[in-house]
Amino acid sequence: MSELSCQEIIEVVTDYLEDAMPPEERQRFEHHLSYCPGCVTYVEQIRETIELTGRIPREEALPAALREGLLTQFRTWRRG
Amino acid sequence: MSARGSSTNEAALLTSLRNGDEAAYTALVDEYGPGMRRVALSFVRSSAVADEVVQEAWLGALRGLDRFEGRASLKTWLFRIVANIARTHAVREARSLPFSSLELESEVRAPHEPALPPDRFQGPDGQFPRGWASFPLQWISQPEGALLSAETCIVIAETIASLPPGQRLVITLRDVEGWDAREVCSVLELSETNQRVLLHRARSKVRAALEDYLTNEAQ
Repeated sequence: MSELSCQEIIEVVTDYLEDAMPPEERQRFEHHLSYCPGCVTYVEQIRETIELTGRIPREEALPAALREGLLTQFRTWRRG
Repeated sequence: MSARGSSTNEAALLTSLRNGDEAAYTALVDEYGPGMRRVALSFVRSSAVADEVVQEAWLGALRGLDRFEGRASLKTWLFRIVANIARTHAVREARSLPFSSLELESEVRAPHEPALPPDRFQGPDGQFPRGWASFPLQWISQPEGALLSAETCIVIAETIASLPPGQRLVITLRDVEGWDAREVCSVLELSETNQRVLLHRARSKVRAALEDYLTNEAQ
């Protein structure tokens, strides 16, 4: 079983996190993390990136004019 | 996301809609409308165009109600309509704006972009070939649960905005909107592998931007 390099680890981290790795490669990946603090940090930072991205504010309401337009459109459609 | 168990509600909702029940329609508009507009905005640049896309999408959905067979969830069906209309508008918009191809599959085949530049790693003659030249630095920790700082939000949002369309759409749907991989593949008509390739590139770039910001501050 050949070892994965750090440069390879950072290219397959998404496959790892998405659970899209064959069991044997998953084992090689986790084996690498067991001795490489740099890659442990990297994987943690990718997880943190996902978490922070999920926390950026989003526009939660439709602009009033658009919402009104959608309702008007519905009434027209219903009549048609 | 509509839970798998909500199909009875969905069937009831569809019946109400087909009967012209305005309350059912309004509830649906309030539930999915804002997300549909955000998705439209990741295809097109102008909010006026995004509003048009949303309006056209709902009209298309109402007209197509009788053809909706419930093979996909109502949510997936609605967002697929938005994506298709938004794509058309984006292509039209691209004639006057610098906008790369929306052919997502061809974006996947673009030359490999490494997640980090090669000089972050040791060469073949290093002590650990292709190992870290120096370990990534720890980030300044972000307060949990509390609001993100405005600067952190800007770093993330600007990086996402600068990505090629496919990467931008995939990371927006997956990580900003919180969709699962299957929904994204279905709405964007991507294979799972290609979805993952685009997600990987996008996340790697957002991480690199955060690294810049969250480690330089600390020095």
